[in-house]
Amino acid sequence: MWDSRPTLLKVPSTPPGPPAGPGQPGTHLTHGAHPHVVPRHPRLDPLADRYAARTHGMKTSEIRALFSVVSRPEVVSLAGGMPAVTALPLDAVGSMIGELVSGMGAQTLQYGSGQGDPRLRERICDVMALEGISDASPSEVVVTVGSQQGLDLVTRVFVDPGDVILAEGPSYVGALGVFQAAEARVRHVAMDDHGLIPEALEEALIDCRAAGDRVKFLYTVPNFHNPAGVTLSEPRREALIALAEKYDLLIIEDNPYGLLGFEGEPMRALRARNSQRVIYLGSFSKTFSPGLRVGWVLAPLAVREKLVLATEAQVLCPPSLTQYAVARYLDTQPWREQIKLFTELYRERRDATLESLAALMPAGAAWTKPEGGFYVWLKLPHGLDAKLMQPRAVNAHVAYVPGIGFFADGNGQEYMRLSYCYPEPDQIREGVRRLARVIEAELDLHSTFDRVDTGTFRAITPSTDSGTIVGPANSDTYEDGR
Amino acid sequence: MSESAPAPAAATGTERHPLRAVVLAGGLTFEREVSLSSGTQVWEELVRAGVDAEIRDADAGLLPGLAASPADALFIALHGATGEDGALRAVLDLAGVPYVGSPAAACRLAWDKPAAKSVVRSAGVTTPDWVALPHSTFRELGAGAVLDLLVARLGLPLMVKPASGGSALGVQKVSRVEDLPAAMVSCFAYGDTVMVERFVEGVELALSVVDLGNGPEALPAVEIAPESGVFDYTSRYTPGLTEYHTPARVSAEIAARAAALAVRVHEVLGLADLSRTDAIVGPDGDVHFLEVNVSPGLTETSMFPMAIEAAGYELGEVLAQLLTRRAE
Repeated sequence: MWDSRPTLLKVPSTPPGPPAGPGQPGTHLTHGAHPHVVPRHPRLDPLADRYAARTHGMKTSEIRALFSVVSRPEVVSLAGGMPAVTALPLDAVGSMIGELVSGMGAQTLQYGSGQGDPRLRERICDVMALEGISDASPSEVVVTVGSQQGLDLVTRVFVDPGDVILAEGPSYVGALGVFQAAEARVRHVAMDDHGLIPEALEEALIDCRAAGDRVKFLYTVPNFHNPAGVTLSEPRREALIALAEKYDLLIIEDNPYGLLGFEGEPMRALRARNSQRVIYLGSFSKTFSPGLRVGWVLAPLAVREKLVLATEAQVLCPPSLTQYAVARYLDTQPWREQIKLFTELYRERRDATLESLAALMPAGAAWTKPEGGFYVWLKLPHGLDAKLMQPRAVNAHVAYVPGIGFFADGNGQEYMRLSYCYPEPDQIREGVRRLARVIEAELDLHSTFDRVDTGTFRAITPSTDSGTIVGPANSDTYEDGR
Repeated sequence: MSESAPAPAAATGTERHPLRAVVLAGGLTFEREVSLSSGTQVWEELVRAGVDAEIRDADAGLLPGLAASPADALFIALHGATGEDGALRAVLDLAGVPYVGSPAAACRLAWDKPAAKSVVRSAGVTTPDWVALPHSTFRELGAGAVLDLLVARLGLPLMVKPASGGSALGVQKVSRVEDLPAAMVSCFAYGDTVMVERFVEGVELALSVVDLGNGPEALPAVEIAPESGVFDYTSRYTPGLTEYHTPARVSAEIAARAAALAVRVHEVLGLADLSRTDAIVGPDGDVHFLEVNVSPGLTETSMFPMAIEAAGYELGEVLAQLLTRRAE
């Protein structure tokens, strides 16, 4: 488009207005037919009828538009899931990465193995041991560009269009995007304060079997769930593994937050209980840095083989420099103490969130009480819709994520996700104050319109004289109303 | 950005310094994203036309920044309140900073859709019947009784719109009476006054007006044909979901009347430099005024740039000339 337009033409066919000074912009304003203009396609996009069917859902949305104000400092954002990276020892990390380039550039700036750097894969096994995975071998680990790529690889390797994937309801929005791209059908399984409900899972498995649907796997975030904030209880972990055996179910355990618990030791991973039916996804995004994009998949050897081939087709190899950076960080920095520091910070913010919610939320609202991670899942008073309420929240300078995005089936209107990971406690308190006012105003609006019975409306007798209906007569009415 | 487009001769090698322009984009409204997109496009076009342009947000850094490094003129690519309701322009007037576009008072009027409709109707321009009411009216008189009257007198379908604001945010077409209460609720989330307007079926036109010094000139009408039938936010900003026909596929006579209407609206509301009127051609061939934008969208999928192109102008040159005139 840049090159397709002509530059200045100097012979206007009609006078373009008063001449500007010599050399001033506008002097050579053109007016008249351009000989070389490529006609604009009426759809603006000449490729409009060529896109793959799976891209048809990719549209600009109002939600995205409303989110753009989040970057302004006036807005308290309880929307983003950005880790508090400035709590890292940035100087130490900086000189460490500098040395990786100056001292080891021949390796760190070069292509690497598709499966990932062997030294890093060893260290990943050490990290997973903290959650009871003691039998993992570095050869079963594939390093990925964040666990997001890991999830994409696993989905590509297992899922055909039309296959069923079971996932918690609500579920991580980034996973739903991957499943949609794979043209999978997502069936949500209910959860409560103790995580996924095993009885609901069994019911879903029986239903799918009866309907002849092939369930390729269960996708679950067992620890400090995104967005629900809840954690799968110990008995339910055992029940889940038992169901996997009984129904020949593959489990994708996505665990980015497992080490970010506020009290007690990390829970034993599902993968620690069964190495054949569980594929485990891990990430350094929350324990170190999301900008480095280093995650991994731990999978049985046969699966690993396919994952490596798939990743080579996708990215050749994960970035060498960031893999070396993570490995060096784990080797030389007090990373466990750093995680403790992160969790203390997040606990303080969680506390500010829960205290403010308890003090300020109107009756009818309910929310989860996370014991780790980043998120609170809030249910609005009955009848309110978090997406429809969003413009009011933008006006009030507070942002959240409407719940509907965390469901593949259109549910979740009454819910929202609040993130406490990024704002300071004082900002969180102010954000919750604003949110409470927004919800109260919305309740007031609903009390006006909810009980309208349109069934009793009279017959339509529209006026045909277009001059008769003009309102309001006094424009001050709406001036004041604003 | 301009790696393939060397600065044209118009702005180089002269004794005068190139025009220094600040493009305002962003803001703190629902339309921030659209504004950033418009602003980027304007900036690229201005740079291509040889203008020394920079983009700034309308935030606490703006006034000190302009004081420290004055611009010859501002281009306001802000959409939504502040940029379009006249408030920012009133402040720029106080600061003595020249800007392209309509003066503050005219913006205030155009921003208020019901008020603008009153004014243009008084001037003899056809516009669909409407009623604009704040939430308190429904609360005090009973929503059921008021909605009943609205439906009885205006008929169905109805358009439900926030009384101010652009990009079709919050705008809904209500065809079934049972959907009306929910439409009111979602519309009131955008602002405290809702305008309910009689629906006119027909061809949607975007009528751009530009004034390069010889008075307001109507540019070729752009006809909008959204695939979904409704020109909502998604249809507007997703390339491929809407067909735009420039010039519009209407008779020369209708095109002339539409052009006259747009110029008339521009004049009676006291607008300056540029505007875009949205109108609809009814089955009888009448052109109905819907609303006018003092800060028309200038994104890659916006209608004002299409009209500029169809007129044989270059967007960057037009914008540069508007800036030059204000800077003098």
